[in-house]
Amino acid sequence: MNSDVFRLIAVRVAVALGTLLIVSGIVFTATNLLPGDVAEAILGQSASPEAVAGVRRALNLDRPAPVRYVEWLFNLLTGDLGQSLVNRLPVAHLLASRLPNSLLLAGIAASICVPVALLLGITTAVWRGTLYDRAISTFTITTVSVPEFLVATLAVLVFAVTLRWLPAMSYATNVESIGQLFRSFSLPVATLSCVVMAQMTRMTRAALLTVLSSSYVEMAVLKGARPARIVLLHALPNAIGPIANAIAFNLSYLVGGAIIVEIIFSYPGIARLMVDAVATRDLPLIQACAMIFSAAYLMLVLLADICAIVSNPRLRYR
Amino acid sequence: MSTLDTVPALRARRIRVSPSGTAGLAVVAFWLLVAVAGPAIAPFPPGHISDAGVLAPISRAFPMGTDYLGRDVLSRIVWGARYTVGVALLATAIASFTGTALGLCAAARGGWFDSVLSRILDAFISMPSKMFALVIVSAFGSAIPVLVVTLAVIYVPGCYRLSRSMAININAMDFIAVARARGERTFYIMRHEILPNMVLPVLTDFGLRFVFVVLLLSGLSFLGVGIQPPNADWGSLVRENIEGLREGAPAVIMPALMIASLTIGVNLLIDNLPQRRGATAEGH
Repeated sequence: MNSDVFRLIAVRVAVALGTLLIVSGIVFTATNLLPGDVAEAILGQSASPEAVAGVRRALNLDRPAPVRYVEWLFNLLTGDLGQSLVNRLPVAHLLASRLPNSLLLAGIAASICVPVALLLGITTAVWRGTLYDRAISTFTITTVSVPEFLVATLAVLVFAVTLRWLPAMSYATNVESIGQLFRSFSLPVATLSCVVMAQMTRMTRAALLTVLSSSYVEMAVLKGARPARIVLLHALPNAIGPIANAIAFNLSYLVGGAIIVEIIFSYPGIARLMVDAVATRDLPLIQACAMIFSAAYLMLVLLADICAIVSNPRLRYR
Repeated sequence: MSTLDTVPALRARRIRVSPSGTAGLAVVAFWLLVAVAGPAIAPFPPGHISDAGVLAPISRAFPMGTDYLGRDVLSRIVWGARYTVGVALLATAIASFTGTALGLCAAARGGWFDSVLSRILDAFISMPSKMFALVIVSAFGSAIPVLVVTLAVIYVPGCYRLSRSMAININAMDFIAVARARGERTFYIMRHEILPNMVLPVLTDFGLRFVFVVLLLSGLSFLGVGIQPPNADWGSLVRENIEGLREGAPAVIMPALMIASLTIGVNLLIDNLPQRRGATAEGH
């Protein structure tokens, strides 16, 4: 039966890798089948045809697209992400300077919102229909359905402009003390956590409610088990799969979707790097960022799938 | 006997609309009206520079203040409604139509067609929507048709998944087997037997996707890669005036609040439709 678990996990890993391959195809196609090409984008409209041809040769753009795709893929696998078209720096170098910042922000936000969201999701599912549940649910649905920049700008208005407690900008560099760390991270982290937590709470609540309405939970109620026992021992183990999925989905948002928060608080993260790259049409950088975000998402989903497999006895003993 | 009892009860419940549902409907209808009639009801043309100064606070003449060039924010919001509402509505309609059609085909044909299509569309889902939009916009620019198609492509896989799973369930029912035995063609079965049974969930899903599209479009405009100047949707208005945030100017917060009113209105409306069904996992 253990080999079955490993087989299931192996299948999931293979599916994730296959999906990543398709994603790489989409990213490469989208960034290469554009009207006009990179050489013209670098040199501008008035460049001579000879100059354009020269740049094209230098960047290996004169060869057919499938050949370039395979080369690009091979280089990605060996860690060679190419060179930025704008400042000639290696893309890997640019990413290395920004990635830790993004991971730090995501890590702090995740360590706050995962426990809180689980707590809120479970308690609202257990006490469904109460005033507490309705208050939390109204808050979460409102947060989910408004733009992130509204949450962020409201946070700045209240805490930085009106109350003057915190700075409106955040710089990850020059942080020396715990107090400074707290001051510069609290607004971006609060905004991110708010958005992510709301979605995670809703999905946790929905997952647990599905299980709580099943007949074996009703059986447990009828035989007189205590509510805490029913929720923690009967219902929760069967909700771990969907809850892990909800957490994975929302954590992937922390890595890649934090763009708006990084822009509003001028935070030097990887998502802002990608937006800047889009503004300058720096294609190698855009490709690398897109691949990183997709890989991160797929990895999180894979982890959630593995959690679901390992935690589900029916899958384990099938 | 029991069916006779339940049918009128069901009807009665459908007709009764809750207060929050009515409020949602009113908000949505209001913004649709503004989007259509915008130029006629806006107090000023969108480029009109007033004498009230820049980033002015709320006043009688300028109910939402003025922006970073001294233009009336209310007028710019009214003019911007056609971009936010129009582009999002068009993109959602394309996504919903394409996704539902593909989902029906996949469910009705099955086999390799279904598995290949599902695999490819799953790959699309595994790219964060904002990333994907950024990649496309960086390659093809931010013209409005490009934006509409990009937003539609992003939300096709979700519509596909929903309609495919519903169609597969319906496809296994007896009346489909009867239709096949009658000798009906696949297209007839899709159009007349399966589709009518999934209209309501698809419409609810349409509302939900519309919210996502509005949020994504205004996010892109906020990042400067959405609707381009001189045109401006509500996301662009927030971007233009973001410098006024530190002074607490209404020009920053008002357009964001208008987006929130639209999306919350749609949510209230679809939450109070009978038989709510839809994706919850694709908000961002």
